[in-house]
Amino acid sequence: MSVRQSLLAILNQGPCYGYQLRAEFDRRTGSTWPLNVGQIYNTLDRLERDGLVQKADIDADGQNYVEITDAGRTEVAEWLGSPVVRTMATRDELAIKLAIAVTLPGVDIAQVIQVQRTATMRTLQELTRTKNATADPESAEQLAWLLVVDSLIFAAEAEARWLDHSEHRLARARAAGLAKPLPLNTAVPKRGRPAKTVQASA
Amino acid sequence: MTGSDLLLQLDGVSMQYGRGETAITALAGVDLSVRRGELVAVMGASGSGKSTLLTLAGGLTPPTAGEVVVEGHWLSQLSARELATLRRRSLGFVFQDFNLIPSLTALENVSLPLELDGWTSKKAHRPALDALNIVELGDRAQHFPSDLSGGQQQRVAIARAVVGGRSLILADEPTGALDSTTGELVLRRLRSRVDAGAGGILVTHDARHAAWADRIVFLRDGRIVDESQASAVSSLLSGLPA
Repeated sequence: MSVRQSLLAILNQGPCYGYQLRAEFDRRTGSTWPLNVGQIYNTLDRLERDGLVQKADIDADGQNYVEITDAGRTEVAEWLGSPVVRTMATRDELAIKLAIAVTLPGVDIAQVIQVQRTATMRTLQELTRTKNATADPESAEQLAWLLVVDSLIFAAEAEARWLDHSEHRLARARAAGLAKPLPLNTAVPKRGRPAKTVQASA
Repeated sequence: MTGSDLLLQLDGVSMQYGRGETAITALAGVDLSVRRGELVAVMGASGSGKSTLLTLAGGLTPPTAGEVVVEGHWLSQLSARELATLRRRSLGFVFQDFNLIPSLTALENVSLPLELDGWTSKKAHRPALDALNIVELGDRAQHFPSDLSGGQQQRVAIARAVVGGRSLILADEPTGALDSTTGELVLRRLRSRVDAGAGGILVTHDARHAAWADRIVFLRDGRIVDESQASAVSSLLSGLPA
């Protein structure tokens, strides 16, 4: 989860208090990932527990500032220098849904794909329409917002392309006689607690 | 929305190639309309009927069944001469490979449809330059296609498609030969032209480019199987920050 590292990276620029940190996170991500202030304070508590931030001054308005520690700076450098590791694609909810659907009898898999494609394209249309508000960013905040919108657009596009690819693959598999439903396999060795059997009375 | 907003109507349009057992049905009973200010994307696998749909919409081939109506004109009722005139005055085509004439400048390429319609070169140059300005290429008017990048050539093709008030743009994979950023720029120009009062059909296999349309129709085996219409306001994101 990058909220923790993102807040730490912002604190690397100077001490902040909770509300200020939320505002900074917001404007740097184009308000595309809203955080509530409770999340901010919870995260700061954990960062302090782990020795990555520490309490600093309290200003005249009573705002409690937090500042980054040396260990925190090291963590920021490591975060920026390392890749974000994605969740395994095979655990993708949509991939699992299609994988299961293709093994079931009586399911029109082409229709399952089309329903998803329409929803994905609607998402893509909405994102494109939102993005269409500007051609070129005119501020650092707009640039940040566009980067996030672009990433959502490319992710939706990838999903649409994967759906097209799956449709072609299924058509080929069907032609080869492979896209058959899988009946329940009763020959699988049973594990776990055996079912209670009723003893026949003597 | 008035009747005059309707630029194109396909009414139960079918297209069959060949006869008897070897006949191939490319389109089967397609209903589709395009209004002024509307961009409709057509998506589908190869052989789904996308290009056939565009060919029929452009009056290049008559359908084997159904009616094509362009700006209130039933194409089946027009003589060959009337159809050619309607195509020249109302329809603009944009192709993947631009189809610009290499020996003509950008301005001359854009003027050509007007000159074919009987305009003098001098008279045609004014609206042609206006059309080039719309796609932000007014300063390249005297350049030949070979002096222009792919994206610029495609913008010239869009200018040619809309010159002289032609209102229906039929684009077949117009971004296919362009890189991602340039393709987006071309789509942005097409979109703004449509927003200014034209209408268009965009045939594409590229989901990101289809998303510039107001509506996306999905073709499979010559039939429209589904349609996606974006809501005016995104439920996914707040708008551009100030």
